[in-house]
Amino acid sequence: MLSPGFVLFLSAAYLGLLFAVARFGDARADAGKSIISANVYALSLAVYCTSWTFYGSVGRATSGGLSFLTIYIGPTLMLLCVGVIIKMIRISKAQRVTSIADFIASRYGKSQLLAGLVTVIAVIGVVPYIALQLKAVSASLQTLFQTSGGEFLPGMIDSTFIIAALLALFTILFGTRHLDATERHEGMVAAIAFESVVKLAAFLAVGVFVTYGMFGGLSDLFQRAAAAPELARLLQMDSSRAGTWTALILLSGLAIIFLPRQFQIIVVENVDEAHLKRAVWLFPLYLVAINIFVLPLALGGLLHFQGQDFNPDTFVLTLPLARGAESLALLVFIGGLSAATGMVIVETIALSTMVCNDLVMPWLLRARWLGVGERKDLSGVLLGIRRAAIILILLLGYIYFRAAGEAYALVGIGLISFAAVAQFAPAMFGGMYWKQGTRAGAVAGLLGGFAVWTYTLLLPSFAKSGWIANGFVEQGLWGIHALKAQALFGLSGLDEISHSLWWSLLANIGLYVLVSLYSKPDAVEAGQAERFVDIFRHGARDTDARLWRGTASVDELVSLLERFLGPFRARQQLAAYAAAQGTSDWHALPADAGFVRFAEAQLSGAIGSASARVMVASVAREEDLGLEEVLDILDEATQVRAYSRELESKSRELEAATADLRQANERLRELDRMKDDFISTVTHELRTPLTSIRALSEMLHDDPKMDLVDRKRFLGIIVNEAERLTRLINQILDMAKLESGRAEWTTAEVDLGEVARETMESLGQLFREKGVTLEGEIPEKGPVVLADRDRLTQVMINLLSNAVKFVPGETGLVQVRVMANASEVRVEVADNGPGLTVEECNVIFEKFRQGGNTMTNKPQGTGLGLPISRQIVEYFGGNLWVESRPGAGAKFIFTVPLPASEE
Amino acid sequence: MAHKILIVDDEPNIVISLEFLMKKEGFEVAVANDGEEALAKVASFNPDLMLLDVMMPKKSGFEVCEALRADPGRSGLQIVMLTAKGRDTEVAKGLALGADAYVTKPFSTKDLVAKVKEMLAR
Repeated sequence: MLSPGFVLFLSAAYLGLLFAVARFGDARADAGKSIISANVYALSLAVYCTSWTFYGSVGRATSGGLSFLTIYIGPTLMLLCVGVIIKMIRISKAQRVTSIADFIASRYGKSQLLAGLVTVIAVIGVVPYIALQLKAVSASLQTLFQTSGGEFLPGMIDSTFIIAALLALFTILFGTRHLDATERHEGMVAAIAFESVVKLAAFLAVGVFVTYGMFGGLSDLFQRAAAAPELARLLQMDSSRAGTWTALILLSGLAIIFLPRQFQIIVVENVDEAHLKRAVWLFPLYLVAINIFVLPLALGGLLHFQGQDFNPDTFVLTLPLARGAESLALLVFIGGLSAATGMVIVETIALSTMVCNDLVMPWLLRARWLGVGERKDLSGVLLGIRRAAIILILLLGYIYFRAAGEAYALVGIGLISFAAVAQFAPAMFGGMYWKQGTRAGAVAGLLGGFAVWTYTLLLPSFAKSGWIANGFVEQGLWGIHALKAQALFGLSGLDEISHSLWWSLLANIGLYVLVSLYSKPDAVEAGQAERFVDIFRHGARDTDARLWRGTASVDELVSLLERFLGPFRARQQLAAYAAAQGTSDWHALPADAGFVRFAEAQLSGAIGSASARVMVASVAREEDLGLEEVLDILDEATQVRAYSRELESKSRELEAATADLRQANERLRELDRMKDDFISTVTHELRTPLTSIRALSEMLHDDPKMDLVDRKRFLGIIVNEAERLTRLINQILDMAKLESGRAEWTTAEVDLGEVARETMESLGQLFREKGVTLEGEIPEKGPVVLADRDRLTQVMINLLSNAVKFVPGETGLVQVRVMANASEVRVEVADNGPGLTVEECNVIFEKFRQGGNTMTNKPQGTGLGLPISRQIVEYFGGNLWVESRPGAGAKFIFTVPLPASEE
Repeated sequence: MAHKILIVDDEPNIVISLEFLMKKEGFEVAVANDGEEALAKVASFNPDLMLLDVMMPKKSGFEVCEALRADPGRSGLQIVMLTAKGRDTEVAKGLALGADAYVTKPFSTKDLVAKVKEMLAR
C-alpha cells in the first residue's frame, strides 16, 4: 500500500535529485567545464515528451490506433531540416535572442509591440498546457491511491497544489539564479536530459512488464488483439484520415521548434551547433523508443480491462497496479512526474522570461518611478519579476486546472496549444528567409492567425466544456452559417484541428505576405531583416559597428549595465569585453559603436532586445541612419553586384589595355620592321659608293701601269664617291638626330628673303655649269620668322639642288618666290623638269626614295634631303609639299608661320 | 673565243669599274643600266654570264633573273647576282630564283674575277 505521504516525499526527493543534477550542471558550467554534450543536448530535446505523451499516447492509441504516431513523425521530419534550425541558432546567438518572442521582435526591428503580442499568444496558448501537466500529475496520484486503496491527503490539502508549488520553487531555484547575456541554464538542461532518461526508462519498464509479464510477448498481444474485432481496427491504417495525419504532422513539426520550451532548449540553450547533428538522429531514436510500447500497452489495457470502465490514459499505472506491482507503479509515477516536471520547468522559465522582458519591462521602463536617471541596481528587480512571473504562470496553470477539471478544454489542449504556437511559423520562417517581411505584416499575420485560432479552436473548446453557449459552433456567429466556428465558409469534412490549422495559417500567411508587400520597413527593421536573412554572410563580418553612429558615454552605459545586471556581473562582463578588446581596464574603453553594441547585447540577454534597444537609446544619442544608408551598408548583395560590376569594368579595361598593348606591340613590330628596312636601305646606300671605291682602288693598286687617263678618271670617281659617302653619313646622322628630337636648334629672327638670296648666290655656280636659269622673285626686305637660319638654309639648298638635278641642261629654268601673308611666309621653288606622278609626290618625302626613276642615270643624292627638309620645316610649325604633274615641272612649296604680333 | 659578259647595274661608277675589270680579263663586255635593257641586251648580245644588280629601276634583278630562268633557251646563261643588300633572305631569294652565284657589294675584284672564270670554265 502506498501512503500519500510517502509518495509526496518520493516526489519531493525526486525533484531534489533533479535539483542536484542541475546544481552540478551549473557548477560545472561556472567552472568552464560544461557537461552539455551532444547526447545531453539531444536528450534534453525530449522535453517535448510531456506527461501528455507519457499517459496520453496510450489513451490516444486506444481510440485512434496508429494516429498517435503523427505527433512524433512531425518533429522527426522537422529535425531533418538541420539547415533551418542551424540558421535559427546562428541568428539567435548573433542577436542574443532569449526567447521566441525576442526572436520575432528582434527580426522586425526590435519591436516591443510584436514581442508583447507573441508573449500574449504564447501565454494564452501554453498556460492550459501547463494545467494539463498538473492534471496529469494529479490524475496519476489519484490513480495510484485509489487503485492501491490508499487515502488522499488528510484535510483539504491538495496534493496537486503542493506539486505545483514544488515545481514553482524548483523552477525559481535554478531558472533564475542570475541574469546572463545568454540566458542559458546549463544545469536545467542537464536536469532535463536526466529526467528524459528517467521517463524513458519508466515507460520501457512498464512496457516490458505488460508485454512480457502480463502477456506472452508482442506476437501474442497482437494475435489476441487481431482476434478481437474492435481492437483489430486499431492496427490498421485508416486512409480516410490522411488529411488529419498531414495536419498533425505539420502541427507537431512546427511545435517542436515553436513551443516556447522547445525554442528554449533547441535554440537558446544550444551551446554548439554540432550538437544538433547528433540530435537529428538521437532524438527521433528516443521517440521511437518511447513509442515502441504504446500500442502494446493500449492493446494490453483494452484486453485486460475488457468491459471495465478504466481511463485508458492511466493504463500505464493501472496495469502494473492490477498485478500488484506497486514499486513499478511508483517508478511509472515518477516517470510521469518527471515528464510533467521537465515540461513545466522549461516552459515556465521560457514564458517567464518572455513575460518579464516583453510585457513587464516595457511597462516598467515607462513608469516614472523607475526613471532612467535613477542610479539603482535593477538586477534584483528583474529577478524578482521573473520569479513572480514563474509563480504567476504556475498559479494560472493551477487555477485553469482547477476550473477546467475534466472539461474538454483541458483534455484537448495539447493539440490546441500546438495550433497556437504554429501561428509563429509565418513570422519566423518569413523573417529568416524573406527580407521583405515587415513588422506590420508580422503583426497582422499573428493577429489574424491568432483570432482565427481563438474562434475556431479555443472558443469551441470552451463551448464543448459548457462554459459558453455553443451557438457559434452549431449555427454560426449571428446565425450566419458561413461563420460556423468549425466549418468556416462551408469547409467541413475536416477534423477541428486540421480545419483550424488550415484557416488560421491561411489568414496568418495571407495577411503577413500582403501587409508586408504593402508596408515599408524602417531603417532598424531593414537592418535586422538583412542580418537575419543573410546571417551566414554577415556572421563573419562585423557590419554592426558600422550600423551605429552616435555619441555615448562609457559611464552612462556602464551604469545602465550595472542597473540591470547588478554591479558584480556587469563588471565581470565588462572585464571580459575589455580583455577581448585587448585592454586590461574597461575604464579606458572608448564609447564607440562596438561598446554600445556590447552593452545592448548584454542588456538584451537580461531584458530582451526590444527593451534593451529602448534603454540604450535613452543614454546614447544615436544618429538615425536612413533606410537607404542601412541597406547600403548591409546589402552585401549590392556590394557584390558593385564588386562584380567593378570587376567587369576592370576586366573590360584589362581587355582594352591588352588590345592597346597588342596594338602597341604591332606598332613596335612595324617600327622594328621599318628600322630593319631602314638599316638595310642605309646599308645599301653606303655599300653602293663603297663598291665603286673598293673596285676602282683595287684595280689601281693591282695595275700600276694603268693608263694615266684611266687612272685619273678612276681617282676622280673615288673622290666623288668618298664625298658622297661622307654626305650620306652626315645626313643619316642628321636625320637620326631630327627624328629622335636630339637635334640642336638655334632659334633667332631670320629674314627668309635673305636666306633665299644667299642660297641662290652660293649655288649660282652649279646652275651656271649646267646652263640652268635661276630666277628669284624676292621682296627687298623679306619677311622675318623665328627659326634656325642654318636649318632653313639647308632646306633651301636641298630644294634648289634637287631642282637643278632634274631640269634639263641649257633649257632648264628654276624660279624662286618668297611671299608672305598675315600668318605665314611661303617659299616656292618651281622647275621645268619632268614633273612627278601623284604617287611620286608622296613617295619622295620618304627616306631613300628618290625621284627620277624615269631617268637613265640615277640622280646623285642620298634620298634623305627631302625627308630632312620636311622635318625641319615642320619643326618650325610649317609645311613642305610638292605640286606637280608629269611633264609640267614640279613646284616645291614650304611655309613658315610668322611670329604672333606683339600687341 | 672570248666569253661574253653582260654587266647590269644602275650605278654608273660601278658599271665603269666592272666593265674595266672584265675587259681587262679579256672578256667581251656589254652593259645595261636597268632591268628592261638587260633583257633586251641578253637577246641581242647573247652573253655567257651576266653580273646582275638587284636594286634597279624598271625591273629589279630578281625579276630579270626570274624571266630569264623561265626561258628554256637561256638555260646555259650563268647569272651572278650583285647586291648591296646582304641579308640572308635576299641571298636565299636570289638563289631560289635560279641565280648561280650571289656576290655582295662591295666585292673583292680578285675574288669576283676568280669566281667568274671558274664559272665559265665549268
